[in-house]
Amino acid sequence: MAAVTTSTERTLNKLAIAGVLIVTLIFLAPIYWIASTAFKPRNLSTTIPPTVVFTPEVSPFVKLFTKRSQLRSPPTPEEYAAAPWWERMVFDGGEKVVRDGKGNVQWSGYPSRFMNSLIVATISTILAVGMGTLTAYGFSRFKVKGEGDLLFFILSTRMLPPVVVAIPMFLMYRTFGLNDTHIGLIILYTAFNLSFSVWLMKGFMDEIPKEYEEAALVDGYTRMQAFFKVVLPEAATGIAATAVFCFITAWNEYAFALIMTNRRAQTAPPFIPSQVGSGLPDWTVIAAGTLLFLLPVAIFTFLLRNHLLRGVTFGAIRK
Amino acid sequence: MATAVLTTLDPKSRAASRGMSDLAIRNLFIIPTILFLIIFNIFPLLYSLGYSFTDFRASGTGQTNFVGLQNYRTLLNDPFIWNNFAITAKYVIVSVVGQVLVGFGTAMLLNRSIPFKGLLTTLLLLPMMLSMAVVGLFWKLLYDPSFGIINYALGLGTFEWLSNPSMALYAVAITDIWMWSPFVMLLSLAGLSAVPKHLYEAAAIDRAGPFYTFFRITLPLVAPILMIAIIFRTMEAFKTFDLAYVLTSQPTTELISIRLYKMAFQEWQTGLSCAFAYIVLIMVLAITNIYVKYLNKVKER
Repeated sequence: MAAVTTSTERTLNKLAIAGVLIVTLIFLAPIYWIASTAFKPRNLSTTIPPTVVFTPEVSPFVKLFTKRSQLRSPPTPEEYAAAPWWERMVFDGGEKVVRDGKGNVQWSGYPSRFMNSLIVATISTILAVGMGTLTAYGFSRFKVKGEGDLLFFILSTRMLPPVVVAIPMFLMYRTFGLNDTHIGLIILYTAFNLSFSVWLMKGFMDEIPKEYEEAALVDGYTRMQAFFKVVLPEAATGIAATAVFCFITAWNEYAFALIMTNRRAQTAPPFIPSQVGSGLPDWTVIAAGTLLFLLPVAIFTFLLRNHLLRGVTFGAIRK
Repeated sequence: MATAVLTTLDPKSRAASRGMSDLAIRNLFIIPTILFLIIFNIFPLLYSLGYSFTDFRASGTGQTNFVGLQNYRTLLNDPFIWNNFAITAKYVIVSVVGQVLVGFGTAMLLNRSIPFKGLLTTLLLLPMMLSMAVVGLFWKLLYDPSFGIINYALGLGTFEWLSNPSMALYAVAITDIWMWSPFVMLLSLAGLSAVPKHLYEAAAIDRAGPFYTFFRITLPLVAPILMIAIIFRTMEAFKTFDLAYVLTSQPTTELISIRLYKMAFQEWQTGLSCAFAYIVLIMVLAITNIYVKYLNKVKER
C-alpha cells in the first residue's frame, strides 16, 4: 500500500483529506457557535437566518458577572453619562446593574460557582492522585493476594451510575450536615476519581523499571526513600496526566453536584443550566458562561493530547 | 477484607532491612485507598440495600416499615419502569451505533497520510472532553426550531427536535454521538495503526479488492479494541443522565437514570428508589465485568 502510489490511491487520499476536513468542521461547529454567541449583542443571538458576521462585544461577559434587574424607565442622560463603560452596556440592554445600599455592584451567582468548581476539582484531584499514586505503586511492585479482584473492586466503584451512589450518600450527608458543603462534594469526587487514578497510575508505574529502585536500595536508600527520590520523579509525567484527567472529570461532573449542592457549594455545571429556566433565555450570557467554563478543559485537552488514549481506557491501551 | 488479603508477602521480594519493611509500605500504600472506597462507596450501598426492603420516605416523618421484597416486586411488575428500560435500550442502540459508524469512519479517513493529522485529531477529540451538562445544554439553542443553526443548515424550516415526543430521544442521541464519536475514533485509530502494513502489501500483491481487504484484514484486527469502545460506550449510554436531563423533559426521553433521580429526589420514594438503584447496579456490574475481561484480553497482547 505504501509503495504502490497509483492515481486511484492519490484520488482516495484527496477524498480522505476532504472528508476529514468536513467532519472536523461539523464537529467544531457547535463549539464555534458557543464562542461566537458569547460575543454577540443579545438581539443578534437569535436571528433568522443565524448571524455569522457581527461586531464582537463583551457585554455578555459583563452581564455574566453582574446581578441585573429590568429597567422600568430609561436612565436619565446624567445617570448614563456617569456610568462606567460596562454599566452602559447593561443600560443598552434595557437592564440596570443591581447595587447594594453603599453603591457596590452586586455579583451574579456565576463567579462563586466558578470558584466552587475550582476549589472542589483542585482539592479532590490532589487527594485522588496522591492516594492513587501510592496504591498504584503498591499494586505494581508488591505481590497482593487477590490482586485482580481488588482491582476490579476498585474499578467497579467508578462505573456505578452517580444517581445510584447519590441516594445513600445524600441520606448520610444529611445526617452529618455535609449536604451543600465543599467537603461533601470533595469526598464524592475523590472517591469517584480514586479508582481511575489507581488504574491509570498502575500503568505508568509498571513502565518504570524495577532496577531503578533496586539500584537505589543497593546504594543504601530505604524503600521509602527510593520511592520518593527515584520512582516519583520518573512517574512525574504520568502523575501530571492523571491529575489533568481527574481535574477535568471533577470539573465537568453534573449529577452529584445537582443532587448534593444547591447554593453555597454549588459548582458551575448545575448552575449554568439552571439559568436557562423558562421563557426566553439570554443565550449570549449562557454562551459566555459556557465558554469560560470550557476554556480550561480545552487547554488541558491540548496539553494531554498524547495521553488521551491511555486516559480514556483506564491505562489499558498505552501506545 | 482489606487487611486479610494483605498479610503475606512474596518471599522472593527484597525484605528491606532498613526503614519500613516492604510489607508495611505495601499496606500503608494500599489500605487507605481500599478503606476510603469501602467507607464512601460500599458502606453507603449497604445502607441503601437495607432501605430497599422498607417503605422509607426521606421527605416525611412518617413511620418506616419493613416490607420485604415488596419494592422489588412492585418495580418488576411496573409497566412504566419497563417502558423506561425500553427507552434506554433504544437510546443505547441508536447512540452507540451512531458513534461506531461516525467514529470508525472518521478513523478510517484519518488512517492515511493527512497533512496536520495530529492537530486535526486533537481538535476532533475536543467534544468528548467537555462537560455533557454544560455544552450539551447549548444544543438547545442549536436545535431551536425557529433560530437554531441545525434547521437552518439542513434547510428543515421550523422542524421540532426537542419538543417533539418522537424526535426528542434521537436529538439527545445525536448530541451524544457528537460528543462521543471521538472516543470510538481514538480507539479505532489505535487499532488501525497497529495492523501490520505487510498484510496490506500481501493483499495488494494477491489483487484483493478493497472490500475483501477491509473485511478480512482490517476489521478482524481492529475488532478487539473496537469491542472495548463499544462495551464502554454501551455502559456509559446506559447510565446517561446529564444530557437527557438538561436537554428535554419529554416522557419519551425518560431514561433509567432520570426515572431513578425523579423517584428518589422529586417523589421521595426513598425505599423504592433504593431497590430500583440495586436493579440498575447489578446490571452495570455485569457489564463492567465483561468490560474488564476484554481490557485484560487486549492488554495481554
